[in-house]
Amino acid sequence: MSITKEQIAEVESKARDIRETIIEMLTEAKSGHTAGPLGMADVFSTFYFHILKHNANDPDWEERDRLILSNGHIVPVRYATMAHAGYFPLKEVMTLRKFGTRLQGHPEPDRLPGLETNSGPLGSGLSQAAGIAYGLDMDGKENYTYCLLSDGELQAGNTWEAAMFAGVNKLNRLICVIDRNNIQINGMTQDVMPLEPLADKFKSFGFHVIEIDGHSIKEIVAAVDEGKAQKDMPTMIIAKTVPGKGIPEIEGDYTWHGKPPTPEEAERFLKIVRSCGGRVTEEYS
Amino acid sequence: MLNTNAKLSEKVFDPENVKAGSTRDGFGHGVVEAGEKDKNVVVMCADLMESTRSHWFNEKFPDRYIEMGVAEQNLASVAAGISLVGKIPFIASYAAFSPGRNNEQIRTLISLKKANVKICGMHAGVSVGPDGATHQQLEDIALMRVQPNMIVLVPSDEEEARKAVIAAAEYEGPVYIRFGRTSTPEITTKDTPFEIGKAFRVWEGKDPVVGIIASGPFLHSALVAAKNLKEKGIESIVLNLHTIKPLDTKALLALSNEVGAIVTVEEHQIAGGMGSTVAEYLAQVKPMPMEFIGVKDRFGQSGNPAELIEHYGMGVSHIESAVRKALDRI
Repeated sequence: MSITKEQIAEVESKARDIRETIIEMLTEAKSGHTAGPLGMADVFSTFYFHILKHNANDPDWEERDRLILSNGHIVPVRYATMAHAGYFPLKEVMTLRKFGTRLQGHPEPDRLPGLETNSGPLGSGLSQAAGIAYGLDMDGKENYTYCLLSDGELQAGNTWEAAMFAGVNKLNRLICVIDRNNIQINGMTQDVMPLEPLADKFKSFGFHVIEIDGHSIKEIVAAVDEGKAQKDMPTMIIAKTVPGKGIPEIEGDYTWHGKPPTPEEAERFLKIVRSCGGRVTEEYS
Repeated sequence: MLNTNAKLSEKVFDPENVKAGSTRDGFGHGVVEAGEKDKNVVVMCADLMESTRSHWFNEKFPDRYIEMGVAEQNLASVAAGISLVGKIPFIASYAAFSPGRNNEQIRTLISLKKANVKICGMHAGVSVGPDGATHQQLEDIALMRVQPNMIVLVPSDEEEARKAVIAAAEYEGPVYIRFGRTSTPEITTKDTPFEIGKAFRVWEGKDPVVGIIASGPFLHSALVAAKNLKEKGIESIVLNLHTIKPLDTKALLALSNEVGAIVTVEEHQIAGGMGSTVAEYLAQVKPMPMEFIGVKDRFGQSGNPAELIEHYGMGVSHIESAVRKALDRI
């Protein structure tokens, strides 16, 4: 599956819409995580608008690819992306984290179809994805299972139990993406609990490992293609991302892991996103 | 006398000739049957194939046996995943590790998701014997019964364990089943009814004064105690509460209306176990004197099952004493 320049522009445009929605919904919710969702907007946009076999009108379509979000706290990016992909009305994003909402603080597919798995407690998404991939393989299905992970959650032992299982069972239709943004709640991953050499670790567990720029649509698509070409091993794409991507004043700042923008900040951030970082004049936008 | 409707083993009071088996053997046979009935049944095991009796399934359905290695958190979470594509995983390990070690994965991925996963906790109780405290799970009922959506089954003998496994496979949703390692006397037969959530009486005295409620293989001790007490003029009803959740409140209410005191019997911490479950209910509808047979806020230790059961105050004589104590409080 290659991607044309026009398609890249379309995915980028959707990513811009997604970022705008993320800021709006988090500001309205008055709680939630900002840095991770903004940093993964390009990955989510590429998956929903180019890579995934899915149907917004039939979220449980049996032939769909499965997209498993392991680090459930960045779910605002998934909600925003799903809304833009037509899973539910865009205005519903403003119910995020409020009483009675389908858009829980951490994802629950029993409330909102299309989310696939519960997640939030870190470190078990890769296991669930591996279970799904194993089960689909038992039935001879050719759907892909994708798993999106954070880097901080790789500190949980459960992840490595899952990596061992996926590697030894040669789950070649399991393609994972690590959001390698280097931050976690207490600081930089390097300071809290270093993860490197990350690529070597996954290689030694039997994964095909690809390192990419997580904001390059072209590289994301190419890496997934490379993953699909693997016949006897799962793939781990280490996507180097910038937390808070798109808002220069918060990019790379770990203190934005778990807080929403204030209304004043949101106004500033939205202006930046809507003008594509100042490249589009205010009059035009 | 024995409740004839329960169609119990005729040799239940004949220690020389009563058949013995373990509830883990019941798992092993039951899951093979469940696998024959439904091709979606899979068994996942964390490096304890033979001692969990998963090897019979592996011999018959090698393509549906999944080896997980020593990784109980992964065991629960891969099972949650595979259940989402239509499989019915039975996950087998020691109860000390599953649900002991993987409680959060069970809570978030199985109970909250209502995932169709059957958690099979083996080697529960002090009757594991020589392995000692680390392997003698005494808190699993407490861990599992407090999770919304989770069914909790504690079969009393091999045959009932077999039926519980088949019933769990047919039920859509999370189930915890507790199994023991040791051979214990056969109480039920193929003809004894088993339905999730439906307790039944195994002993019914004439004009009973006390109700003895038991879960698991200690049901046999409860029966022997009831027979001994009858000989001493104390009539009782013995209820097999094989399902801790959903609680058969109808059976408990009926029992509480016929007796003046209750004794619960289980191989688990008194805190949070079956007795607590019964007390929580009876306190609301019909408070009455209750005594609890179980482990009193202690850990186990090495020993043989019989001496450990005596040491921790869970033998037949202890049940009889508890009955007298409860009756004294009426």
